[in-house]
Amino acid sequence: MNIENVIETKNLNTYFGDHHILKDLNTQIPRNAVTALIGPSGCGKSTFLRTLNRMNDLIPIFRKEGDILLDGKDIYSKKTDIVELRKRVGMVFQKANPFPKSIYDNVAYGLRIHGETDENKIDKIVEKSLKAAALWDEIEDKIHESALGLSGGQQQRLCIARTIAVSPEIILMDEPCSALDPISTTKIEDLIHKLKDKYTIIIVTHNMQQATRVSKYTSFFLNGEIIENNKTSKLFVDPENKKTEDYITGRFG
Amino acid sequence: MDKNKIQEKIMEKTLLIIALLSILAIVLIIGFIFLEGFPAIQEIGFFQFMLGMDWSPKKDIFGVFPMIIGTLLTTIIALIIAIPLSIGCAIFLTEYAPENMKKILKPTIQSLAGIPSVIYGFVGLVLLVPFLRSTFGGTGFNVLGASIILAIMILPTIISISEDALLAIPKSFTEASYGLGATKWQTIYKILLPAALPGLITAIILGMGRAIGETMAVIMIAGNVVEIPGSIFEPVRTLTANIAIEMGYAINLHYNALFATGIILLIIIMILLVIANYIEHKKKLSVGGGEL
Amino acid sequence: MSIITPKKTNDIAKSIFWLIGIITIVILIIIIGYIVVKGLPVISLEFLLSSPKESGAAGGIFPMIISTIYVTFFAVLIATPLGVGSAIYLTEYAGDNIVVRIIKFASEALASLPSIIFGLFGLAFFVVFLNLGWCVLSASLTLALMAMPTIMRTAENSINAVPQSYKEGSYGMGASKWQTIINVTLPAALPGIVTGIILGMARAIEETAAIMYTVGASIAAPITIFDPARPLPLHLYILATEGISIDNAFGTALVLIVIILIITISTNVIVERYQKKMMGE
Repeated sequence: MNIENVIETKNLNTYFGDHHILKDLNTQIPRNAVTALIGPSGCGKSTFLRTLNRMNDLIPIFRKEGDILLDGKDIYSKKTDIVELRKRVGMVFQKANPFPKSIYDNVAYGLRIHGETDENKIDKIVEKSLKAAALWDEIEDKIHESALGLSGGQQQRLCIARTIAVSPEIILMDEPCSALDPISTTKIEDLIHKLKDKYTIIIVTHNMQQATRVSKYTSFFLNGEIIENNKTSKLFVDPENKKTEDYITGRFG
Repeated sequence: MDKNKIQEKIMEKTLLIIALLSILAIVLIIGFIFLEGFPAIQEIGFFQFMLGMDWSPKKDIFGVFPMIIGTLLTTIIALIIAIPLSIGCAIFLTEYAPENMKKILKPTIQSLAGIPSVIYGFVGLVLLVPFLRSTFGGTGFNVLGASIILAIMILPTIISISEDALLAIPKSFTEASYGLGATKWQTIYKILLPAALPGLITAIILGMGRAIGETMAVIMIAGNVVEIPGSIFEPVRTLTANIAIEMGYAINLHYNALFATGIILLIIIMILLVIANYIEHKKKLSVGGGEL
Repeated sequence: MSIITPKKTNDIAKSIFWLIGIITIVILIIIIGYIVVKGLPVISLEFLLSSPKESGAAGGIFPMIISTIYVTFFAVLIATPLGVGSAIYLTEYAGDNIVVRIIKFASEALASLPSIIFGLFGLAFFVVFLNLGWCVLSASLTLALMAMPTIMRTAENSINAVPQSYKEGSYGMGASKWQTIINVTLPAALPGIVTGIILGMARAIEETAAIMYTVGASIAAPITIFDPARPLPLHLYILATEGISIDNAFGTALVLIVIILIITISTNVIVERYQKKMMGE
């Protein structure tokens, strides 16, 4: 077990029914850094992301082989408490999906379902999380209004606040800016910069500029395999693999 | 965490049991109707009961044939009135009506669906029966009156299901037709209606089921005489009316004979339900197969 | 010589469809209008709040209003958890297997049974077999069976309409299935579920054939659920067909229609408000 790597996969294979999605994946995710997953559509990067907090369990035809180790422990083992796992490995989705509740209740949701009843404490964490997500100043006076009244970018930051509130170690982000305008995207990217010291962030993105802007490491996925794992600064400037070079220079994908 | 898991399991099992209650309910209902009705059929004989022309509880003679005819007759005439009106209304809603007309018509249809059947019967009794009496003579209690009221009652059912069926037809079909220079009516008649036909038939069958099962409205205007009517201006008794009118004082064989009437009613409704399901099933298959 | 051109046919068709649409509206206006015009003079505070005299030829309909509220309340109380519970199971827990298909078919069959069949069953099962007698409870149980499929189907549709993203958001935070259902899915589906309950309630309020032989016809207001009662539709039927008082029948009909209208309209308003609040508009 490598203390630098928080997640490690060993011969990971996943399937949806007969479709073989991820093929023999052996990779590591470094701790307290941003790792970007890039690659063409259908290359398996989102599947990989959703495997890390077992969101794919919700799909009946999903199947996996091999191990995913979180701090050296297999997250698919029978002993894993899936609730605890998802608390540790939070997720921000492609399209902002706040619950149809107030802003406050959205952030408090995770605390309450995990058994927190002290309203004072919840108040504090909600405020702290909204501040951490750089949303507090914009919505301070309408915290009890419906979250669905927020703009798309604000909704996405709310979803990040909601995830932070349960103090995860890892935050998975599945193309969090794909539905947002450039200004909102910038705000989310700034936020990712602020969060990167405290959390391990894994972000799937279609936008290679975004990968270079936010991440320290990048994994390039192609047809269910990881072609190249490298420092972002290296991968985009001087890739080791020919396929990576083809992709980042826009020759396919 | 273990507590959570146990709670999850308990909830799942509880919900399963609740869901199974629907099955229990239908089994109990059908079971009890048969249980109470079967002795009558056994004693009277199935064919005597089904085809017997005479219903005289005092003489222990029970034949429901006139009631079967009564039910079918009122239902068919109701459908003859309701089908053009309701499918026409559905076409009007989907193809012709401007927005503000829709805003009036939709709540109208909802309200028609919400009016209690006893009120339909009452309006029939105080408005339609006197009208029929003064126009066509006789008592005014007759097949025609019952059918008119039934037709109005099944309008909302047929309209709303037909509307769904019409809305489900892809725009590309009608656009293609307009593109070839067809008029609106030609497009409706030649493209829309054939394409929506399975849905329209389902709508009609469900409306038919409602007409067959209707009790209160029919009792109040049909006259309820146990005879096969010679014309639509003569009174009639339906299967449902037969049960509702006499259950209040029926005992012994008479009581069982009324449940047996219920069995006949159940069988008719179940046949309709199976047909409707079959059509739905066919529809799904044909949509998958890409045919109209 | 006139030739029927496609254009002419088209115009004729258009007029006919307009006519049909207008006929539908006229039918409703006649029915409601007639009852309002004839019923309004009968309505007074005394009519609403006093007991009938001379079998209903004079006096009011207070016990009938109480009966209707009583019978409907218990019917909905019984039918709601059953209908909503079944819907949750079918949408959230069950896959597509034979048991589920049978449950769905059973519920569909239940929905298509004529009300007089429910009446017969109520009489044979609740009144006679369970020996509850003619009473509010027998009627409520019978009506609950009738309202259950309506509530179940509407709830099923509205739960299915809850975006998958809400559920994923909840699971993604480590919520369990039941926590997600209670905290996210059901609140989001609530407007639809409430509508379903109201539809079921309306069905229970207006029903006559199913309660004729389960509720008795007592002219006194029921005290406990084991007392017989006489809900409004049954009272209307008796007044009208036994020739007791056509005037009072009109009054009763008007009250019945107004109750149903109030319930439908107020639910529409409440549901709309709730949706607006949730959706932040």
